[in-house]
Amino acid sequence: MADLSEHTDYVGHVIPARMYYVIWAILMVMTATTVFAATLELGVFNIVLALVIATFKGTLVVLFFMHLRYSTKLTMVTVVASIFWLFILFSLTMTDYITRAWSTYTGH
Amino acid sequence: MATSEIQVAEHALQHHFADMEQQKETSTFGMWMFLLTEIMFFGGLFCAYLVYRASYYHAFVEGSQKMNIWLGATNTAVLICSSLSMALGVRAAQMAKPKLMIALMLVTILFGFGFLGIKAVEYHEHWVNHEFPGPNFHFETGDPEHPATDPQHTQIYFSLYWAMTGLHALHMVIGIGLVTWIVIAGYRGLFSPEYYSPVENVGLYWHFVDLVWIYLFPLLYLISHKHGG
Repeated sequence: MADLSEHTDYVGHVIPARMYYVIWAILMVMTATTVFAATLELGVFNIVLALVIATFKGTLVVLFFMHLRYSTKLTMVTVVASIFWLFILFSLTMTDYITRAWSTYTGH
Repeated sequence: MATSEIQVAEHALQHHFADMEQQKETSTFGMWMFLLTEIMFFGGLFCAYLVYRASYYHAFVEGSQKMNIWLGATNTAVLICSSLSMALGVRAAQMAKPKLMIALMLVTILFGFGFLGIKAVEYHEHWVNHEFPGPNFHFETGDPEHPATDPQHTQIYFSLYWAMTGLHALHMVIGIGLVTWIVIAGYRGLFSPEYYSPVENVGLYWHFVDLVWIYLFPLLYLISHKHGG
């Protein structure tokens, strides 16, 4: 297996095992953090904090566990496109639901 | 491995690809395109959640307080551990360590069953407490601050809870099946450092299912823990 390093560009990037353990540890700490954060009185920022932590965890999973950091630009564009389309789904739906109440205004 | 690496590589390269690198990139791209459709698939449910949560926030808070946060947090940890064993398993496949790869895949399957077992305990609790939407759904509003909370709106929360975690659990079952297939194929010596795309892609699927749970856990279990007192 001495010649394995010469092949790494051929078979894909082999990430050091230590990196996976570090990511795992951060994800575990962040899970404990999000449970703790839910017990704090932060008003509207409870959900903001929960989503920031979830997005941080998700980004680590995608970049390292799913190798996106070492993938081709085409794969990166695919992932960014999926997030973009997801936000189109959310934002167009919410522009409908949030503004529906406005039309019930009976003043004039 | 019984066969030499050269034989495996020749066998693994399909005639319509120029080389193994192009073949691997194509399969990774294809898998991500599939995951894109999966994101939009779950996205529809997340969008429904967003709409109803915005409309019936207090009813959702009441439903959320029926969740067992500790079982949910344990399951989050179980999934993160399974993602670690999966990532190390894919790495073992990259480094031509089939026995290590098979062992780590079996550990991943074990974590997968652990998740489903804990989820089954939660589902059973909700079922006996009449927290399954339908004719037997029963919910006493217990929030003195918002006595006007409609149990029907809490039922919407539980509908989304069962649909989202149910679809997620179905993905776990499919994932366990796929990892089992990787174990069998690995045992037969089908993978090599030149050809391990199925291992990589099943890994992507497994991590994606973990990713969905990373969002499901705070959105369903931790809506507003502080009201629980």
